[in-house]
Amino acid sequence: MTARLTRGTVVLDAERCKGCGLCIPACRPGVLSMSAIVNRAGFNLPELRPGCTGCMACAEICPDFALEVWKFEEPALLDDSAADGREV
Amino acid sequence: MTTVEISTGPERPAHRVADFKPDLLQSSEHDLCPGCGHPVAWRLVLDALVELELSRRSILIAGHGCYTQMMRISDIDSLQCLHGRAPAVATGVKRMVPEATVVTLQGDGDMVSEGLHEVLHAASRGEKVTALLFNNGVFGDTGGHMTATTVLGQRTKTSLEGRDASVYGYPIDVARLLAQIEGAAYVARGAVNTPGMIARTKRMIRRALELQMAGAGFTFVEVLTMCPTGWFVPTLDGPEYLEDSMMETFGIGELKSPAPAG
Amino acid sequence: MTPRLLQGSGAIADAAILAGCRFFTGYPMLPFTELLEEMARKLPAAGGVCINAQSEIEAVNMALGAAATGARAATGSCGQGISLMQEGIAELALNQLPLVVFNMARGQQDYFQSTRGGGWGDYRTITLAPKDIPEAVAHTQLLFHLADRYRTPVILYGDYVIAHTSVGIEIEALDFGPLPPKDDWALDGTMSGTGRARQTWTWARGKPNTPGPGPSAAWESIAEKYAAIERSEQRFETYRSEDADILVVSFGTTSVFVDRVVDELREEGLAVGSFRPITLWPFPAEGLAEATHGCAHVLVYELNAGQMVDDVRMYAADRSVIRSIGGVSQDDSGMRQGDLLNADEVRQRVRQAVATPASARQ
Repeated sequence: MTARLTRGTVVLDAERCKGCGLCIPACRPGVLSMSAIVNRAGFNLPELRPGCTGCMACAEICPDFALEVWKFEEPALLDDSAADGREV
Repeated sequence: MTTVEISTGPERPAHRVADFKPDLLQSSEHDLCPGCGHPVAWRLVLDALVELELSRRSILIAGHGCYTQMMRISDIDSLQCLHGRAPAVATGVKRMVPEATVVTLQGDGDMVSEGLHEVLHAASRGEKVTALLFNNGVFGDTGGHMTATTVLGQRTKTSLEGRDASVYGYPIDVARLLAQIEGAAYVARGAVNTPGMIARTKRMIRRALELQMAGAGFTFVEVLTMCPTGWFVPTLDGPEYLEDSMMETFGIGELKSPAPAG
Repeated sequence: MTPRLLQGSGAIADAAILAGCRFFTGYPMLPFTELLEEMARKLPAAGGVCINAQSEIEAVNMALGAAATGARAATGSCGQGISLMQEGIAELALNQLPLVVFNMARGQQDYFQSTRGGGWGDYRTITLAPKDIPEAVAHTQLLFHLADRYRTPVILYGDYVIAHTSVGIEIEALDFGPLPPKDDWALDGTMSGTGRARQTWTWARGKPNTPGPGPSAAWESIAEKYAAIERSEQRFETYRSEDADILVVSFGTTSVFVDRVVDELREEGLAVGSFRPITLWPFPAEGLAEATHGCAHVLVYELNAGQMVDDVRMYAADRSVIRSIGGVSQDDSGMRQGDLLNADEVRQRVRQAVATPASARQ
C-alpha cells in the first residue's frame, strides 16, 4: 500500500470534456491519467489518483473549461493502491 | 452538468481554488477542436480583465477565425469585424469611448496576412488599445492553410510538402516589426503549451492592459496557440510541436516594454 | 445670420459638424481632399476627432468602429477611393450601423457604384445627389438623420464643382424630427460583465444569454427595411415638365445646365422640361413614370457611358422613346467633368435628338 499526501482534488464536467489529454502532462505531481470512462460524445475522460496538490495547472490548460479545483483544509494521506483512493 | 467521480471529490472539508470557467464567460460550450490553444489563451484575457477591474467597461473587437467563438460566449460588449481590420475598427471605437478598455482579437491569418497594414498603422499612431494575436501558424477555420506566419517545413493544404522558402519565402515576425514602431508601448509574445508558459503569458496580458489604461500607447500580446488539427499532428503532441516549430522560429518574451518607473 | 463666402467643401464640413458629426476620417484624394482638410481644421474645436487615414480601407473601418459606439461618424473619398470602401460599406449595412459617406466625385461615372454597390449582400445605400452647394448643405444634415433613423450607410453624391466652387451661404441647423435611442445597440462597454453584453455581428447569432435570429433571419429583415425605405424616401424635382413633350433627365450639377437650356429652348418654342432624381437610390420610380407619360422624347443627359439610363428604362412610361444623349466626359486631368458639362453641348444634343427621325433612333 502506498500512501500519498493529497492536498486537493478536481471535479470534471464530463460532458464538456473532449478527451484532449492536455491536463495529463500539465499535472505537476503527475496524478492525472486517461481512463476508460467515456462520455456521451464518445470522448475518454481523465481520472485522478491521490497526490493532487491543488496547483490548478490542469484547469488552466483545459481548453474546454471542464475542470474545477479544490484544496483540502487539511492534507490527507490517501491510499494510492486503491482505485477510489481510500483514506489511510 | 454531469460530474463523474474521477477522483475522491471534495468529500472532506475543502475550498474551491479554481472555477470551471471565468466569470466573463456566459457559457463554456464551444465547438473548437480537442486540444485547441485558443480557449486557454482567452481564459487569461478574461481573468486579467476581472482582476484589473476593467471588465465592466470593456469592448472586444474580434476578427474572423475559430477564436470568433470566444467572442460569442464572452460577456463583453463585442463587435465582429472584417478580416484584418480590427485595429482600424478599434481606432474608431477607442477614440469615441476613450475610457473603455478596448481589446482586439485576431488570428495570424487575420492580422498578419490580411491585416498587416492596419495593425502597423494603428501601432504607429499609438492607438491606446490592446491588440491580441492568437498565432497558431495556420488558417484553422478554413481547414488548415498557409498564412504569413506559417513556419518553414509546416505542412498545410497549400504547402503540402512543408513550407519551402524558395517557393513561399519566410514567415513574418509581426511582433518584431511592431517592436520597432515608436507608437507601440508594449510588445510581447507568450504561449499556452505548458503551465509555465501560461503563467508567463498571463503576466504579459495583464501588463498590456495596465499600460493601455495608463495611456502609454499601443499594446500588443502575441500568444502562440496549439492547433493540432491544422498542423496534422496528434492532439497530445500539440504542446511539444508548438515548442519545436513556432517557439523555435519566433521566440518568447517581452520585445518592447516601457522603462520601469523610478 | 450673415452669409459667409465658403468653398463647397467648407460648407459641407460646417453642415456636418452642425449635424453632430464627431468622427471623421479619410484618405486624401481630389476632389474630396478639401473636405478632409476642412474637417481636420474644424472638427477638433467642435469636440470631435478627425484622422487622416492611411488607406480608404482603413478609413471606412475606423468610421465603422466610431459608428458602432453610437457616435455620428462620416468618411468619404471620390468614386475611385470609394471602390476600396465597398466591403466596409456593405459591412455597415449588414451590421445596421449608420454612416455618412461623402463621394466628392470626379464626375458622373459613380452612379452604378452608388446605387448598386460593390459590396456583398442584400443591402442598398440611400444616395442623395445635390445639384449645388445649398442643396449639398441641406442634404448633409438630412443624411445624418436618415443614417440614424434607418441604421444604414448613406451617400452624398457631390462632385468637383460642388467641392471647389465658392458661394455666399448661411448654414442653418435643420431639424428632421425625433430619432430612436441607440443604447440597445451602441457599444460603449457598459453592458460588459452584466450577463447581457451587447454584440454587433453580421451573422447575428447573439450570445448564449441573448441569442440572436441568425444570419438568414437578420439579412431578411434588413432587406425588408430597404424595401420600406424604397417606398418612402424617394425624392425628385421636375422643371416645366407638366406640359413637356421632351423630357431631359439628369442628376447632380448637370441638371443646373439642363434647366438653363430648358428655358432657352422654351423660348424657341420647344415643349421641353426636365426631371431630376434627387435620391439616386431609391430612384423616384413613380415620379419618373408620371413625368415621362405622353412624352415623345425622353433624353438622358449624364456624363458617363450610360448608367442612370438603366433606371430610366426600368421606370419610364414608354421605353421606346428613351435616348442617351450624354457621354463620358472628363477633363485632361481626369479629376473633373469635361466638355459635356456645358450648356451649349446640352442644347445642341437636345436639338439634334429631337430633329432625328424615328427610324434613325436606336
